[in-house]
Amino acid sequence: MKELSLIIVPLVGAMLAAAWPGNRTRPWLLPLVGLIHAALSCWLLAAPPAAPLGAWLAFDALTRAVLPAVSLLFLVCALYGVSYLRVRGERSNRVFVTALLAVLGLLSAGHQARHLGLLWIATEAVTLAAVPLLHFNGTPRAFEATWKYLLIGGTGIALSLLGSFCLGYASLHGGGVGDLTFTALIAQGRGLSRPWVLAAWVLLLVGYGTKMGLAPMHTWKPDAYGEAPGIVGAILAGGVTTVAFTAILRVRAVVSAAGEAAMADRTLLALGLFSMLVAALMLLGTRDFKRMLAYSSVEHMGILTIGAALGAAGFWAAMFHVWANSLTKGALFMSAGNLRRAAGGRTTDEVCGMALLTPRSAAIFVTGMFAVTACPPFGPFFSELRVVRAAFETGHGAAATMFLTCLLFAFFGLTRLVFAIVDGRPRRTARTAGHHFPETMGLVLPPLALLGCSLWLGLWTPGVLRDAWTAAASQFFPVK
Amino acid sequence: MNETTNLLIGIAMGLNLLALGSSRLPTLILAMSAQGVVLGLMPLLIVEPPDWRVLLVAVATVAGKGLVIPHLLRRAMRTAHIDREVEPFIGFVPSLLLGAGGTIAAVAVARTLPLLPEHSGSLLVPGSLASVLTGFVLLIGRAKAISQVCGYLILENGIYLFGLLLIHSTPLLVESGILLDVTVGVFIIGIIVDRIQRAFDSLDTRKLTALRE
Repeated sequence: MKELSLIIVPLVGAMLAAAWPGNRTRPWLLPLVGLIHAALSCWLLAAPPAAPLGAWLAFDALTRAVLPAVSLLFLVCALYGVSYLRVRGERSNRVFVTALLAVLGLLSAGHQARHLGLLWIATEAVTLAAVPLLHFNGTPRAFEATWKYLLIGGTGIALSLLGSFCLGYASLHGGGVGDLTFTALIAQGRGLSRPWVLAAWVLLLVGYGTKMGLAPMHTWKPDAYGEAPGIVGAILAGGVTTVAFTAILRVRAVVSAAGEAAMADRTLLALGLFSMLVAALMLLGTRDFKRMLAYSSVEHMGILTIGAALGAAGFWAAMFHVWANSLTKGALFMSAGNLRRAAGGRTTDEVCGMALLTPRSAAIFVTGMFAVTACPPFGPFFSELRVVRAAFETGHGAAATMFLTCLLFAFFGLTRLVFAIVDGRPRRTARTAGHHFPETMGLVLPPLALLGCSLWLGLWTPGVLRDAWTAAASQFFPVK
Repeated sequence: MNETTNLLIGIAMGLNLLALGSSRLPTLILAMSAQGVVLGLMPLLIVEPPDWRVLLVAVATVAGKGLVIPHLLRRAMRTAHIDREVEPFIGFVPSLLLGAGGTIAAVAVARTLPLLPEHSGSLLVPGSLASVLTGFVLLIGRAKAISQVCGYLILENGIYLFGLLLIHSTPLLVESGILLDVTVGVFIIGIIVDRIQRAFDSLDTRKLTALRE
């Protein structure tokens, strides 16, 4: 029942938000629902329920390893959202709050879906529910970004539906009944028709890879993250992408049961490295600090994909990295949102000297940048270290070398851009705009809290999380 | 029953070519929605005798793809005062040639695919591949936002056609969920089309170039 409440509570909250009369009080629904959701998911993390095998929705080991991170991120974003929407009091936030809560509910459904069709429905619904969040700012650029997001995301997600049907046909052609639950597909294993499994893998990887933002299907990402408010970027980068990632992991388990694990791992590794390379090169070139975060997200999706390709140890590292990346990226998106509002611009041509204008947000932004580029002692350092170790252990030395090179280039790109906007003397226009932007506690504490979480993950990874990641790894890589 | 379904799929493949060759938006919308209706009727022929659940899916699909979605698109077109030209990147003749070549290739490819005996004589797989291809040509080769949406919907029709292979095993809930998502998707697209029209004073996606490196 608690599992279902994770889906129902946010959706009820969304309906309540749609009907709520007061524009000033409505945003408080966000932390209220976020708190209930986080409490429920932490409870389920500590005391995992039994996951019935044939069920369409279940809180299984993978959900337990990932969903609490999304929940925690949402809670902090919700607290930031209250202050953010107060700053943006001139706009009606009815649609924004409703859509944000709907996204949380649908994300929970997507994480728990054990049926390919249901998973697709939830992912597509998340894609659609996120649309009003992207164009909240109402500028022509925001609509352009929304259009690209809808069209590229829609096409990608349509291809994953075709892939789901191919997997169903693989079961039918192999003598099965075409049951699309993961349990049934894995049970059929080598009985699945091989050519259809391969076709399904390609289509599902492209489809969910688009949603996740793997290169070369990442093109919607810089536009969407660049134009959307900071918390929306945080939730897309730390929440929506994880649904697509777990979808790929679940499909990979089916493909591996069909006896094609080596092929699946090769494609994941190649796609992951390519994403890192593209992201690193774009990071060296971009001049916009919000688009920079999108490329950094592409890079980290690449890291997750590489981790997923490296056996049980890599899988464990990928679970760790989901947490480390979601929380750290959240801090970066929120502080970048503050800088963007205070500076009134987004490229290095317009913005500099933010350390003087908004000292707290700038400090968080710089620290977050160091955390996300894997500087110790933050979470991403330890998770990426484990990915590298898994790569060497499984004999992928060349991949590990390329991985480290890409990380280095990404570091150069990020530091170049971040210090260009933080250092120096503020522009005169920005100095007057800065007075309208008070750095209140509500806008500074949430990103700071996320940075704290990232530090805590790195230094004292809680035992319950380690257990959850081990349980997820052993669900996908049973010890023989 | 196989002949009737093949006839319907043949009509759907012909509508693909009509969509590729039409230079007016209303014709394109008509081709897309007619295809949706034709495909919506298919479950009634494939499942014999049709039970109430199949009937429900068929009615919902015909209503959704034949009435609701085209209505939403036409309304978006009216409110945005779009002129009716399609404005191609890929000209009509090259599009048609691509479509025709793609249809022939789809038939040829489908022969080499491993299919169950009951599907081997049917046009389901080639029809589906041809529609997916047509959808891609329209998505890439048309400048107006509405024609791109029609391309997306024809792509979706192709996927629906492929899904019919699984009609005996996919539960009703999944079918209706997919249909609901597509309809809501078009509704949202309609809103965005309207906003783009207001913001850019045009629906020409060639003007959407502010965001790039």
